[in-house]
Amino acid sequence: MEFKRRTVLGSMAAGAAILSAPAVLGQTRPRVVVIGGGSGGATAARYIARDSQGAIDVTLVEPSRVYYTCYFSNLYLGGFWELDDMGHSYGTLAARHGINVVHDWAVGVDRDAQTVTLAGGDTLPYDRLVISPGIDFREDSVPGWSVAAQNRMPHAYKAGSQSELLKAQVENMREGGTYCMVAPPNPYRCPPGPYERISMVAHVLSQRNPTAKILIVDPKENFSKQGLFEDGWARHYPGMIERVGPDFGGDIVSVDPEAMTVSIDGVVEDVDVCNVIPGQKAGRIAELAGITDDSGWAPAVPANMKSRMDDNVYILGDASAQGDMPKSGFSANSQAKVAANSIRHELTDARLFPARYANTCWSLIGTDDGVKVGASYEATDEKIASVEGFISQVGEDAELRQQTYEESIGWYNGIVADMFT
Amino acid sequence: MAINRFKTILAAGVTLAAMDVSGVQAQTGSGAEPLGNAEHGAELWEYECAACHEMGRGAENGIGPHLTRIYGRRAADVDGFTYSDSIERMGRDGLRWTFRTLDAYIENPYALVSGTRMSYPGLPDAQDRADILAFMRQFSDMPANIPEAEPTARRIEIELPPEVLAIRGDREWGEYLASECTTCHQRDGAAMGIPSITYWPEDRFVVAMHAYKEGLRPHAVMQNVARRLDNEEIAALAAYFATIDD
Repeated sequence: MEFKRRTVLGSMAAGAAILSAPAVLGQTRPRVVVIGGGSGGATAARYIARDSQGAIDVTLVEPSRVYYTCYFSNLYLGGFWELDDMGHSYGTLAARHGINVVHDWAVGVDRDAQTVTLAGGDTLPYDRLVISPGIDFREDSVPGWSVAAQNRMPHAYKAGSQSELLKAQVENMREGGTYCMVAPPNPYRCPPGPYERISMVAHVLSQRNPTAKILIVDPKENFSKQGLFEDGWARHYPGMIERVGPDFGGDIVSVDPEAMTVSIDGVVEDVDVCNVIPGQKAGRIAELAGITDDSGWAPAVPANMKSRMDDNVYILGDASAQGDMPKSGFSANSQAKVAANSIRHELTDARLFPARYANTCWSLIGTDDGVKVGASYEATDEKIASVEGFISQVGEDAELRQQTYEESIGWYNGIVADMFT
Repeated sequence: MAINRFKTILAAGVTLAAMDVSGVQAQTGSGAEPLGNAEHGAELWEYECAACHEMGRGAENGIGPHLTRIYGRRAADVDGFTYSDSIERMGRDGLRWTFRTLDAYIENPYALVSGTRMSYPGLPDAQDRADILAFMRQFSDMPANIPEAEPTARRIEIELPPEVLAIRGDREWGEYLASECTTCHQRDGAAMGIPSITYWPEDRFVVAMHAYKEGLRPHAVMQNVARRLDNEEIAALAAYFATIDD
């Protein structure tokens, strides 16, 4: 067994030496570098390290020592979940699975030399690179808004301090004030996320500040689980929520963070809290690595989540353009397992299995009122294609909705165990 | 006392069964297969069911819930009876008692409802089950008027041929496939909101997954997962989860 691995390693190292700088010569184990410790990256690192049982040297590059999941950050906003329960550290990945966890920023990728450069100055050679950086915001998405304004007008679309800030702003909003959300254009992270957030803000305001108003400025005609959300809003928060879609100028919006105003097709509104969720693109390191295209996302090979630009690089999760899967933590986790199997097959003698993808997204509309949407997916030559889906129905009884909510908590505990234990 | 009540019920059931058979025979011309023999079902009821269940006018909950008007009812909805969490969950997910679901449940209770408290090993003979169900049907509302499709239609049950149950699962393949499961189901067997699937006997795991695949067990996510698994893949998963070492 050990001999066989060396044989594989030897031939692979020789191949790399011909094609590029001899980065792997002299090392004892093939090296995988994973950039990004979220649902895609942490899962990939864990599955590669765990299942290769030490045969692959895995380094995980993640700037944060504590990772806050974006999923359930809306529940934190609504008072249903604690910030501490959203935070996860990487100690077990290092101690139990032998992963080198490096808390630093990846600032460059040299795909010819097969190296990653860190902000701290280190250079990490790799045989296979996994890039799972999540999203960044398009600066030009909402005129008047920039990342520099995120303390006045938080996005709260990367969890942690932004979530805390938005929660404090909502809870301390003046009586009868207006919370405004500028919703993002497609495609973006977590399709039901903005509307679950609206539900959670409405839940808080209906208890603390019942004369307050919620204004959604939305460039999209339709949105995920729309019927379920609108039904739930009418039941739980009647008269509180107004949505301005593109038919009334929701796609012609700008903001003034200093004046705390929102301009909708030229009509200026005063608001008290303004939650701007800008248009999105792949996390910057994907762009720096040169694996994104004109869309701003990084195209992936459906069968294994390799970058279409480089056979030695994999792209996971929100940053990838793969077809029909929504940008969600569940999707990233699912994609990571396919990539991990492909990487182990290429670097060791592990069997290769066909790709399988799945996603389910749960959302909370009000207390014990949970809904879900999901699908299974298959790899075609062209894209990851949806095979069959399901969605909660309007009119389900309260017990089923409560069960769906409890199921979402079960899922949360399941996926974070699948990433971090 | 329970025995007395049972005998009264039984007598009524036999009478009704005799009436009903003719009604069903009238339907067979339109393609429906005849139901089982309710008279024989009444005898089987006494041996198989009556120790725990009552049925008919004035029936009460005992060790098991009363089964009056069972057809068409949602699972676990009899007031005053404490059900297992497992069957409560299935009821909320939409499990209704029809000929098909009752038949599957009586054949192997654990295959349909993993955590059921019904301590019954199952009735393997299909004709016996049909007979009991024909008998039980007399205690549901106007059974002769129930539309043919449900609940009186003949079952399209999951039939697992011995060769399917005999497949030796490829554990390594199962480990890969299981990564889809462990996004929600915890490897250490913790169950909060989502049931545990570790250390099940392989045959029970296989039957349960086929029950989802055939739509017999409710739950949209699990039906979706199961429908794209073939026999080999289900066996592989069963082999892995039966021996998982966290």
